[in-house]
Amino acid sequence: MKKQTTQSSPAGPRPWYDPRVRSIFFQIVAIALVAWGGWTLVDNTLSNMESRGISTGFGFLDESAGFAIIMHLVPYDATMSYGRTFWVGLTNTLLVSAMGIVAATILGFIIGVARLSNNWLVAKISLVYIEVIRNIPLLLQIFFWYFAVLSNLPSPRQSVDVGGAVFLNNRGLYLPEPLTQDGFGLVWAAIIIAIAAVAGLKTWARKRQLATGEIFPTFKVGAAIMVLLPVVAYASAGQPLEWDIPALKGFNFGGGITLIPELAALWIALSLYTASFIAEIVRSGILSVSKGQTEAAKALGLPNGLSLRLVVIPQAMRVIIPPLTSQYLNLVKNSSLATAIGYPDLVAVFMGTTLNQTGQAVEVVAITMAVYLTISLLISLFMNIYNRAVAIKER
Amino acid sequence: MLKVRSIAAGAALVISTLASSHAFAASTLDAVKEKGHLQCGVTNGLPGFSQPDQDGNWTGIDVDTCRAVAAAVFADAKAVEFTPLTAKERFTALQSGEIDMLSRNTTWTLTRDASLGLNFAGVNYYDGQGFLINKGIGVDDATQLSGATICIQSGTTTELNLSDYFRAKGMDFKPIVFDTSEQTVQGFSAGRCDVLTSDRSQLAALRSKLADPDSAKILPNTISKEPLGPVVRQGDDQWFNIVKWVLAVQINAEELGVTSANVDDMLKSDNPNVQRLLGTDGDMGAKLGLPDDFGYEIIKSVGNYGEMYARNVGPDTPLGLDRGINALWTDGGILYAPPVR
Repeated sequence: MKKQTTQSSPAGPRPWYDPRVRSIFFQIVAIALVAWGGWTLVDNTLSNMESRGISTGFGFLDESAGFAIIMHLVPYDATMSYGRTFWVGLTNTLLVSAMGIVAATILGFIIGVARLSNNWLVAKISLVYIEVIRNIPLLLQIFFWYFAVLSNLPSPRQSVDVGGAVFLNNRGLYLPEPLTQDGFGLVWAAIIIAIAAVAGLKTWARKRQLATGEIFPTFKVGAAIMVLLPVVAYASAGQPLEWDIPALKGFNFGGGITLIPELAALWIALSLYTASFIAEIVRSGILSVSKGQTEAAKALGLPNGLSLRLVVIPQAMRVIIPPLTSQYLNLVKNSSLATAIGYPDLVAVFMGTTLNQTGQAVEVVAITMAVYLTISLLISLFMNIYNRAVAIKER
Repeated sequence: MLKVRSIAAGAALVISTLASSHAFAASTLDAVKEKGHLQCGVTNGLPGFSQPDQDGNWTGIDVDTCRAVAAAVFADAKAVEFTPLTAKERFTALQSGEIDMLSRNTTWTLTRDASLGLNFAGVNYYDGQGFLINKGIGVDDATQLSGATICIQSGTTTELNLSDYFRAKGMDFKPIVFDTSEQTVQGFSAGRCDVLTSDRSQLAALRSKLADPDSAKILPNTISKEPLGPVVRQGDDQWFNIVKWVLAVQINAEELGVTSANVDDMLKSDNPNVQRLLGTDGDMGAKLGLPDDFGYEIIKSVGNYGEMYARNVGPDTPLGLDRGINALWTDGGILYAPPVR
């Protein structure tokens, strides 16, 4: 280091006037201060909590929770532990986030493209959608869907009945639940084989197209394989599937699969809201692709759909991915508004009821923050990997 | 360089603040006096317990408990500022010192008393959990509720009692858990649930808020004990004693027949119990760190327990709750305050 110092200034100033030495010195001081600050914060919190008789530690996670939760993807009842309530909340958060991301992406892309449509009506409808939805606070939209729309569905006894198997009322959407019987393994095997076959078909068709220029109808044939193979397997295995049909018992429907209105309202609101932002991102991405590219595609005789799919969107993706990542992160974080309408997500179940029953605020909040941070970092990571894959490669 | 210096200065400031908070204000009474008002945590709107009127004045039995403490400390029942809190926020607000006391229909339980760093300073309303149902579902008794969808407010003992009750009876139910009692009522009146469960006093209050109160009724079953009362932070015995004895003074006053109307005449009373209560004899206030006439100030501005009850939740209010077990022990209830002596 001394050598470098002499290099940068041959006159050789005294060390405390040397900018390098000073910058390193102050960085060490800053790190020490931050570390001390952090330690003081933790130590102070712990000793204050101890002096006020507030119990600390993570032992509470093993205590039995004693409260019920309406929707759980992992097995749960009131005799299970607070640790289990954490998993119930987490899986519920992940479910609504995943459903929201998928729906918002599809909807956002459609609306974004539609806004650039040459059809005046389609373009204006998209414009109005975007301007209305993204300018109304999300919480209001959640309340709107929950209290104004879904609550006005008929009561269980006057349910909307579709073919005696699907029921819709203000307690949710009730669907028949498939119960797999012995021999269903054959169907699963058929599905896996079908997927492999379609993948093989795609590679083959691509090779053939490169070699001969002939286009093989991959989508139609692939779809046929995906449907036919499992159906044949299902029939030959003796139809190993039974349906649990929901039925009115006492106050409510029992049996089948229930989509509760809390989940539906949150999902609809999150998807519509985020889609309006994604639509604008998609529009900006498409507009970023130079007009010459579209014209070139047209000159080659590509129809509109193909030129959009093969020329414009792939180039637009480079602009779209980074802000799209932010929208996915926003969606996941916004899902915590679930607590306002009683959807049992992580914040409602764990940071709500669990925190209140145990009083372990510091631990519960720390765990919850760590979870959201982890989810966000993972989404970021995957989107960055994807971004690197589609980024412009200078050759 | 300038930047580094300002960062270092900032860090030093943060650290010194953190370090100083080690010595947390030792005496709540001193802190309250210095501030000039009492900071009291209440519900964010529950008729009869704490609810702001059109002019922003808070009323209710929990609010009056706050006012009585303010009257004892400042001889001014108006020296209170209210912090509306949800069930989820209440304990953290008290633990962190954001409020000086919590008076928010909070159930006294062992876990809360022992592990939250809090002390329950008595009971200002003895309650129990009940069920409010829509008359349309045709149920007369809670044992017929198997399979029902039930609206609950998050973070309450209610949530646990409900689970226990249904488990013990071998029945099942679907819980819809909302953040505030406001949303719970909205869910109930929108038909999302068949039943709303809460403390019976709250049910009466919430029922009075319904568009058509006659469409709903409260089932006769009471499934738990819910002693509700004010809460203070653990570790400050003086403040704990003050809140505890403010409540005891109000109950004793009712027993001795001292009301806000006759308290000035009672100052001339020969009854030694009344004299100690109102501070005309002895130094009861000084023992608590308060003026000796703190009892007089409480009764003069807030009234005795009976007046407080009648004004907020009694039979002549929209809630229309009979005294029931909240009557004095001399009247067949369980209200029994230790003597002021």
